[in-house]
Amino acid sequence: MTSNQLMFILFSAMIVVFSILTVTTRRILRAAAFLLMVLLSTSGLYFMLNYQFMAAVQLTLYAGGIVVLIIFSILLTSHISQKFEPVELKKSIFSALAAVAGAILCILTILDYSFSATTVAAQEVNMKLIGKSLLSVDYDGYVLPFEVISILLLAAMIAAIVVAKKGGPAKTKTPTLN
Amino acid sequence: MLLNTISNALSTLSEPWWKIFYDFSSLTQAIDEGLRSSLSPFWAVTIEMLIIGVVFLLFYALIGLFLVIAERKVCAFIQNRLGPNRIGPYGLFQTIADLVKLLFKELIPIKNADGFLFNLAPYIVIIVNFMVLAALPYGKGLHAIDFNIGIFYVIAVSSMSVIGVLLAGWSSNSKYSLIGAMRSGAQIVSYELSIGLAIITVVVLAGSMQLSEIVEAQRTGWFIFKGHVPAFLAFIIYIIAGTAETNRGPFDMAEAESELTAGYHTEYSGIKFAFFYLAEYINMFIVAAVAATLFLGGWMPFHVGNWEGFNRIMDFIPPFFWFFGKTFFVIYLIMLFKWTFPRLRIDQLLTLEWKYLLPINLVNVLIMAFLVLMGWHF
Repeated sequence: MTSNQLMFILFSAMIVVFSILTVTTRRILRAAAFLLMVLLSTSGLYFMLNYQFMAAVQLTLYAGGIVVLIIFSILLTSHISQKFEPVELKKSIFSALAAVAGAILCILTILDYSFSATTVAAQEVNMKLIGKSLLSVDYDGYVLPFEVISILLLAAMIAAIVVAKKGGPAKTKTPTLN
Repeated sequence: MLLNTISNALSTLSEPWWKIFYDFSSLTQAIDEGLRSSLSPFWAVTIEMLIIGVVFLLFYALIGLFLVIAERKVCAFIQNRLGPNRIGPYGLFQTIADLVKLLFKELIPIKNADGFLFNLAPYIVIIVNFMVLAALPYGKGLHAIDFNIGIFYVIAVSSMSVIGVLLAGWSSNSKYSLIGAMRSGAQIVSYELSIGLAIITVVVLAGSMQLSEIVEAQRTGWFIFKGHVPAFLAFIIYIIAGTAETNRGPFDMAEAESELTAGYHTEYSGIKFAFFYLAEYINMFIVAAVAATLFLGGWMPFHVGNWEGFNRIMDFIPPFFWFFGKTFFVIYLIMLFKWTFPRLRIDQLLTLEWKYLLPINLVNVLIMAFLVLMGWHF
């Protein structure tokens, strides 16, 4: 067994174990902490593939951004004494079935693809190449998906503001201590 | 056997030992070759990683202890006192005595706290620190990992340290801790924007995110001089935002003693408290080291354009000492802020970031891009 395989087994075991813990724990902040571990192990896999840009994006967007947002909203809304009730047996059986079916579908799709093994060492991805192809309008350019995603994010932001405002007439201002 | 290999490697070095300070790559190569000649590649890499890990542990402890005593001495200097002066010459061993005391202190278990998260939080903060320290260039050839996205990696990883603070605040089951954690979270998340944009200004000037290349690009002059006004503005914004990122005064609402007793680490005792305390100082070191690398040339000596003689004289000071000299200069600046300015209110702090620093920063990046496009920088 090479060190590469060892690290791969370590990371994938961490991903599997912490994913299961995320959905089975009954304390909400622990679930967020386990989710953080899953995302960190995923970025570890990217580092192994020598795709450091993707790994750093994973760290900064998911671990440093989304998980912080989730933890922040938990801090604002829930108390430490709150615990979720254990789920009914019927519900847990059906969700387990759904999860297993999804996993089987994914595994079958992956096995269907014939991966050709190469002996070429993994190359570092050039940062300038990523930046240029992200903003290129040529055949291999990604400028259209890039812009579409930014519109999606804008829509999500507007939706968040609308949900937070909840419509209705604006309340009269109450005097505050300032 | 391991020690034998290393001493053999050291004895094969042809130069006198002090030459190592000018270029560490010959030393690291000698150790690498020595290990690889006697061991399989797997074990060679494992042992190298172990050596680097131990070196970083020692470095972490030493820097932390030194910064605590330095802070007390600087504070005493500003307040016209002597500071600690009983243990060792000039009180230099005071922090070692403090550390021993903290090690022996009882770890008080908190009733109704979330034990798992309570214990996990200090380790997250410490591990994040280590991950950042590993990517910094300390001297010529003294660079553990040189990613091609180096500076982006540093921002990405250091953005996670807030998670440790938030977990600590919530799992303590205490109002003071929770409020401290919320304040700290709001502060760190918003000031990260300014830090990121200030760093992008330098990346635009350097044309690379690799830390070794950024340092190399400053051979003919540091970026703070090369980039005219925008680079200088970016440096000031970086220092302000960096001070806020480390939760230090005047931005220390997260642990304002007069309001929150100690903020998010109120409930921690003994060595776990020491972890938070140490992590805070190492964070300050990281902020200062990144400032030194990006704006003040990293380990590159002070060079002025074509002044051959002057540059030669400057080259006599080893790069290693240049790096630490610059870093400690920035640390001294940050310490001066803490002991000079009064603490801001939380709304003042957020106003400063969102209404002043962020717009200035955005315009600054634009001006810098224009300068680089026109080729007006040195």
